[in-house]
Amino acid sequence: MREAASLRRNLLRFLLTVGPGALWLFAFVLLPSVLVLIASLMSRGSFGQLAPPLGLHNYVRFFTEPLFWEIVGRSLWIGFWATVLTVLLGYPLAFYIAQHRHKQFLLLLVIIPFFTNFLIRVYAWIVLLQREGVVNAVITAFGLPPAELFPSSFAVYLATVYTYLPFFVLPLYAAVERIEWNQLEAAYDLGAGPLRGFWEAIFPQTLPGLLAGFLLTFIPAVGTFVIADLLGGGKVILIGNLIQQQFGAAQNWAFGAACSMILMGLVLLGLWLYARSQGERGLDELV
Amino acid sequence: MKRLLAVYSWAIFAFLYLPILVIAVLSFNRSRFGVSWTGFTLDWYNRLFANERVLEYLGNTLVVAVVSTALATTIGTLLAVGLVRYEFRLKSLLRYLLYVPVVVPDVVMGISLLLLFNTLRDAIGWPRLSLLTIILAHVSFQVAYVTLVVRARLMLLDPALEEAAQDLGATGWRTFREVTLPLISPGVVSGALLAFSLSLDDFVVTFFTSGSGSTTLPLYIYGKVKTGITPDIHALSTLMVGSTILVLLLGWLFWRKGGTK
Repeated sequence: MREAASLRRNLLRFLLTVGPGALWLFAFVLLPSVLVLIASLMSRGSFGQLAPPLGLHNYVRFFTEPLFWEIVGRSLWIGFWATVLTVLLGYPLAFYIAQHRHKQFLLLLVIIPFFTNFLIRVYAWIVLLQREGVVNAVITAFGLPPAELFPSSFAVYLATVYTYLPFFVLPLYAAVERIEWNQLEAAYDLGAGPLRGFWEAIFPQTLPGLLAGFLLTFIPAVGTFVIADLLGGGKVILIGNLIQQQFGAAQNWAFGAACSMILMGLVLLGLWLYARSQGERGLDELV
Repeated sequence: MKRLLAVYSWAIFAFLYLPILVIAVLSFNRSRFGVSWTGFTLDWYNRLFANERVLEYLGNTLVVAVVSTALATTIGTLLAVGLVRYEFRLKSLLRYLLYVPVVVPDVVMGISLLLLFNTLRDAIGWPRLSLLTIILAHVSFQVAYVTLVVRARLMLLDPALEEAAQDLGATGWRTFREVTLPLISPGVVSGALLAFSLSLDDFVVTFFTSGSGSTTLPLYIYGKVKTGITPDIHALSTLMVGSTILVLLLGWLFWRKGGTK
């Protein structure tokens, strides 16, 4: 009798803790993903609504038109180089912060832009780069002709690096904090120079954080539509912009859903490569 | 070498802060066009506060952030406790679902929720795109972050503490309220702070799940940038950045106090 009561209590507790979260994740994460998959197999109705016939035609269209290959290529290209630039800027910074006397304060300095509204950060670059903007005011003050900096793909790169730099620095910092520096001393004792010591004793220890940061920068950089929309002046179309257009002006939700599935495929490919290199723990490291 | 690293790092800090600083300075500039300094003024701030629509959008933004954070923190904390405490069949599926909002691009998250709300409305006539749908959408990504933050804290917890409470005769609920919750409260607070700022910051998911009459400040800024910048947007941005810094400083002080205990 008492055991049955305790079992029932336990079940109740289980349902109370896991239940709401599980329901929420099924209803608002799993179900919508399934809907995107279904929508991607449908067609555009005469009023722009989702309609039969079902089929793979959206995917066929995507992969047979060179325009869409170009968009995917451009997204990956810009995402990749913006991420590489972010890595070059952020990698030394994480070391500087980790070794600083007031590292908590410096960390706060990185976190503030991380939490600053994304649109304000993008908007700030318009104010700086536009024809009558701050950068041109400085350039013309030196007697040089004003530069056409906005809208341009240069502006897109710059704002992407700027936006995602904190996303990269924070996971990398976590890895740098955990470095066992005695490995460097051991390398020195074994006769390594500073460069070789860094490369063989320090760099491998930062690799998990470096990869996590790379992914956390690369995925949103490939997926964003706002930066290209506001700073590219309609000339820089990325896959994110394509999706937004299909759900907006073009009113072709079925094709937009297929584009989303393709973007998701790219993301999953990246995650799979990452998980393969980092093992099971890798995914937890990401968050 | 050390000097070089310091110079390099401070140059990057300058890169991070210069754009925000420039906007703050320009928000006090008398000139309407261009960036040349023509005198100090608070006009743009006055104009902003006289704009009833902006106040309405601010209200919408805060309602969404407060309600969604409260919901997500409750659901997420419970889920974290359940995930650490129990073994069950769908556990690994739930764990994968938790990562989805973290790694999926915003635009995919936005359109999938739009599809969900649209399908529901076609089927049962509810919900219309409104503040409610924005709140539901925000909770959907916030829950994941809250759960992951609280779960990390729970994993550091010594299970002997809960067992001791039970041995002393505390009921399950009393153990949770008087032992577990206080011990994980730093995790719950940082989860809630993270959820709150994710909501304030979100543009893309809100963009797809909002309807007429449910404009938030990020949506307003986007519209203004598209149609033409006016300096009251500098003022609005400055105020938003200012409040972000204030909230983070408070959170930092709280966290430092908690850390020394």
